[in-house]
Amino acid sequence: MIQQILFLLTLLGFAIILRKRIVQISRTIRLGRDVKIDGPTSRRFRNMLLVAFGQKKMFSRFIPAFFHFLIYIGFLVINIEALEFIIDGLAGTHRIFAPYLGGFYTVLMNVFEFLAVAVLVACVVFLIRRNVLKLPRFWSAEMTAWPRLDANIILITEIVLMLAILKMNAADQILQHREPQHYPSTGKLMFSSILIPVLEGYSTSFLIFVERFAWWFHIIGILAFAVYITYSKHLHIFMAFPNTWFARLQPAGYISNMPVVTREVKSMLGLPIEEPGTNEPPGRFGAKDVNDLPWTSLMAAYACTECGRCTSECPANITGKKLSPRKIMMDTRDRLEEVGRNLQNGGNGLDDGKSLLDHYITREEINACTSCNACVEACPVLINPLEIILELRRYVVMEESGAPASWNAMFQNLETNFAPWKFSAADRFNWAKD
Amino acid sequence: MNIPTLSELTARGETPEILFWVGCAGSYDDRYKRVTRAFAKILIAAEIKFAVLGPEESCTGDPARRAGNEFLFQMQAMNNIQILNGYGVKKIVTACPHCFNTLKNEYPELGGHYEVIHHSEFLQQLINEGRIKLTDTTAYKGKKITYHDSCYLGRANGVYEAPRAVIEALDADLAEMKRSKTRGLCCGAGGAQMFKDAEKGNKEINIERTEEALNTGAQTIAVACPFCMTMMTDGVKAKEKEQQIKVKDLAELIAEAQGLA
Ligand code: SF4
Ligand code: SF4
Repeated sequence: MIQQILFLLTLLGFAIILRKRIVQISRTIRLGRDVKIDGPTSRRFRNMLLVAFGQKKMFSRFIPAFFHFLIYIGFLVINIEALEFIIDGLAGTHRIFAPYLGGFYTVLMNVFEFLAVAVLVACVVFLIRRNVLKLPRFWSAEMTAWPRLDANIILITEIVLMLAILKMNAADQILQHREPQHYPSTGKLMFSSILIPVLEGYSTSFLIFVERFAWWFHIIGILAFAVYITYSKHLHIFMAFPNTWFARLQPAGYISNMPVVTREVKSMLGLPIEEPGTNEPPGRFGAKDVNDLPWTSLMAAYACTECGRCTSECPANITGKKLSPRKIMMDTRDRLEEVGRNLQNGGNGLDDGKSLLDHYITREEINACTSCNACVEACPVLINPLEIILELRRYVVMEESGAPASWNAMFQNLETNFAPWKFSAADRFNWAKD
Repeated sequence: MNIPTLSELTARGETPEILFWVGCAGSYDDRYKRVTRAFAKILIAAEIKFAVLGPEESCTGDPARRAGNEFLFQMQAMNNIQILNGYGVKKIVTACPHCFNTLKNEYPELGGHYEVIHHSEFLQQLINEGRIKLTDTTAYKGKKITYHDSCYLGRANGVYEAPRAVIEALDADLAEMKRSKTRGLCCGAGGAQMFKDAEKGNKEINIERTEEALNTGAQTIAVACPFCMTMMTDGVKAKEKEQQIKVKDLAELIAEAQGLA
């Protein structure tokens, strides 16, 4: 009974913390500008199914994709087991499904154990790739101490959680022999039974303790993990789904229109304006801070896995420029988290004298982008760092006239000669003369 | 060359099959003017009824939009759309992927709805239909050509196969670079970089790309974009490999094989 009450309190406690985090994150996402979400739902569904659920884009790099897939499947399937944990915890039962499912339970548990071992191996491989092989994309400039630690915490936690499952199952199997009335048979479990000889010498009461300890460790581990990921790049396990759903459907080369500008240009040219301006205030041109960006870009920042595939394909980054599309996403999220904390302390969160542009992302970075879409193409969860870069550029040019001098010269040529170079418009057709 | 303008044709009460959008580089850049002429020759030889806007054409606004100057972009776009719609233009072909992308993807929202194709696609189509006769394929037969994907054709619009089909029609040996198609490396000029110096770094992007092209051992780098042309040509010059490798546009390769060059 005490265990049940403790469990219920634990569950509630974590639910409250988690809810607070979810509210805070969604508040910061909703600071973003509204965007029209158009295009066929079927395509959005397909994107989500193939890219998030099916991990399609991961597979352009096979080795990490394979091991990541193991962890992903392990996560999905082992969480089914967490359902039994929660029912047992609340009802005070032990392995409630075992008697009902009989032989099938054995099969299920063996599948879980197989996946637990697979996850374990995959996490070890990933730790080696990050810390021993030091793959460059995990060590570039924006991968400061915290992002690197974050990745390692996740991998180590997963390893420990998987070990807890195996240990718990091993102790359970011994107890099934000693006290069959309390411990329903699971049948022989392939992997954890290897650990039986290690534990067999111990007393029953110690084994009960081991089993309980591992059980609690595992379930608290899962709950703590759920809270932790809201601060971590690991949030992608949830955010990848909405992010792939809301990902832009237009060809990658398309840049979103600014209807405010369209109305102004049309009135300057004396053209009829079909959709007269709504009464919304025009706001800023482009983006200086997170609230000027479309909310989809903000959501994307929370979906970013910090994998660095974007940066490793970025021509600017490859040739030593400061620009890194991953950093663009990480900065956006860091700024959002900062604003979120400010929000929680009252106020509207944005008036802290800081902004995304300049305090996080510098002009040198955004000026280096060739709009080549390599980052967009590379992203396994359909994030578009280029959209943010372009919005920041719009702000610099239209609100501050702060473009690099040679761009201003190009603008001037366009205005006077209708070409980006200093050639006379009258000479445009000269190519046909010689 | 006798190139008909749309205003002349319209005055005679004629409508062309297609409008050839030349673009700023195609009109003013000495190197790319040769591509414009090569493509025009191909169109004439294939007996395509086409026209150009001539002095009435102006920049699509691509560099302005990508640099962040939305006003200037929309001014350019609106003016162009008024002219294009005034003539009732339905179909446009252009040799510039940036013009292609802007006309195709960004003008519709502003009232310009056209069927827009890139010259690589048009060339492929004409070859398939037998309207282009490659009489002299010896120039490139069995020779190694590498194709540099333009970002605005490839990733931006998914055109990867047409340029390659054109090269294969020359019986050439298409040698892919390490990074190609969806993973092709930018030449460094997009996003209005063409109009400013690169930011501080440890290498120029076009040098990185040129080295990759040189590694294929090809004698020709085929491009399908005026900015890529400039960047790759400069890259080859910087590496002092002008004798070893030539940078050519697809239209030039085809024109040569037709004996039009
Ligand atoms: S679009 Fe910009 S940020 Fe993205 S890969 Fe290309 S140069 Fe880098
Ligand atoms: S934006 Fe995409 S590719 Fe880049 S680090 Fe984030 S998840 Fe990876």
